[in-house]
Amino acid sequence: MGRDTLTGSRIRERRAMAGMRQAELAKAVGISASYLNLIEHNRRRIGGKLLVDIAAELGVEASLLSEGAEAAVLASLGEAAADGAQAGAEIDRADEFAGRFPGWAALVAQQHRRIENLERTAVTLTDRLTHDPHLATSMHEMLTMVTAIRSTAGILAEPGEIEPEWQNRFHRNLNEDSQRLAESSQQLVAYLDGAGDAAASLTLPTEEVDAMLVAHGFRFDAQVRAQPEDIRSFASQQPELTSEASQDLAASVIRQLSEDARDLPEDKMAALLARHGTAPVDIANEARLPLTVVLRRLAAVSDALLPMACGLVMCDAAGTLMQRKAIDGFPLPRFSAACPKWPLFQALARPMQPLRQVVTVTGRDARSFECYAVAEPIGPLRVDESPLYHSYMLVIPLQAASEGREVGSTCRVCPSVGCEGRREPSLLA
Amino acid sequence: MGKSVLLIEDEPNIIEAISFILSRDGWSVATHSNGHDAVGVVMAAQPDIVILDVMLPGKTGYDILRELREEKGMVDLPVLMLTAKGQVKDREMAERAGASRFMTKPFSNAEVLEAVRELVNA
Repeated sequence: MGRDTLTGSRIRERRAMAGMRQAELAKAVGISASYLNLIEHNRRRIGGKLLVDIAAELGVEASLLSEGAEAAVLASLGEAAADGAQAGAEIDRADEFAGRFPGWAALVAQQHRRIENLERTAVTLTDRLTHDPHLATSMHEMLTMVTAIRSTAGILAEPGEIEPEWQNRFHRNLNEDSQRLAESSQQLVAYLDGAGDAAASLTLPTEEVDAMLVAHGFRFDAQVRAQPEDIRSFASQQPELTSEASQDLAASVIRQLSEDARDLPEDKMAALLARHGTAPVDIANEARLPLTVVLRRLAAVSDALLPMACGLVMCDAAGTLMQRKAIDGFPLPRFSAACPKWPLFQALARPMQPLRQVVTVTGRDARSFECYAVAEPIGPLRVDESPLYHSYMLVIPLQAASEGREVGSTCRVCPSVGCEGRREPSLLA
Repeated sequence: MGKSVLLIEDEPNIIEAISFILSRDGWSVATHSNGHDAVGVVMAAQPDIVILDVMLPGKTGYDILRELREEKGMVDLPVLMLTAKGQVKDREMAERAGASRFMTKPFSNAEVLEAVRELVNA
């Protein structure tokens, strides 16, 4: 049954919710109870003034009666049914369900959204618990303290004499270790308190640099003419960069991005995009610049010049992600290793060869993206010495549904079954 | 002099506690605190048993043990590994590296003593 044919059902449900008898409502709007009965059983079409009058009596918008539940509720119901396919929910009757039981439908939709949020939190926390180097180090330190205390306390508690000198030493050790344990546990608690807010607890220089880049949208056009010392000074003033290490790291990235802006200023990029669209190889050929420059610059200016923001990710030859510009639908892991099926890694096997691939990210949204990747050497060329490579991947959201190669974010949160690239079991399996 | 133990661990108070309980039990205890030259120290000391922590500065206990097992005469040397990680994969890594036994922190003195006695008398 279509949405517009269920207006009567919605009137009946709303009337029941309002505690009105059929005759009462019919009289209020000037029709007979038997006619209202036919309307409520969807056997008479209703619209115009009568619908507006009935809606006014029921205290709802007429559109709620004629169009049913909001599209968002129906969309959520559809997603909930797809996620729990084994339950056999009648997807083709979602509209009828939402129309007849708007409160229950809203509840199902709300619960579905809550489950989504909780899953996202679980993914973040699992990623942290499994791969966070700070947490692993803290736990190791605490267990080491506990071991020392247990062994020392065991010696002191055992029957038999211990020489006073040893006894004093062990008492001193106990005191020291218990103090260190107290400090470690306080630090750990403070760290875990921030666990729900992934962005609030940055632990590594690379994470601080990522946060700074995101804060500036990867754009440093104002630093085009800045000298290296000015850029280092600029880095030291960024609130996200709390250590010398992160400021040094950030300065080199800012220098690179500002050089990109010098080579491809915004007006030039706008002209190139008008001629070539988001075809980075064509842009690189016309601009006579390395493709990596174009990939970085496209990601940087996409927020301003394109209808959709583009993502960017860079890794070194060991596969470690070093620059991340995340976009909706293409999650980038914070701690754990990324999906080995990303074109980013394939590019490392074929240096200097641009790769283009359409990928579909596994999971509930299953969105598709056009990816361009290339690995280019870094540093000066040296005779008889293999260069090191950095690989870049530009991620362009596709508006139309597309069937691409299935990729994930990281194994831990990827639901893909039978993937030949899987490194560890999935939390969502 | 009793049989000898080489304890390779970087936490001073654990070194002190384990050294004390083993010495009191009649063992001759030598200690070492970093991973860099641990293999050479074991080769030079030729102990009856090695107690080896996994997390050491310079080199992990797993790497030390793998290298040690490739040295002549070191295949059967009893090695008790100590680690703060008790997951199955950690135990498997220890076994693959050649550990005779694997003990998870925090352990009791009695457990260490019993394991050392058993491994040397096995």
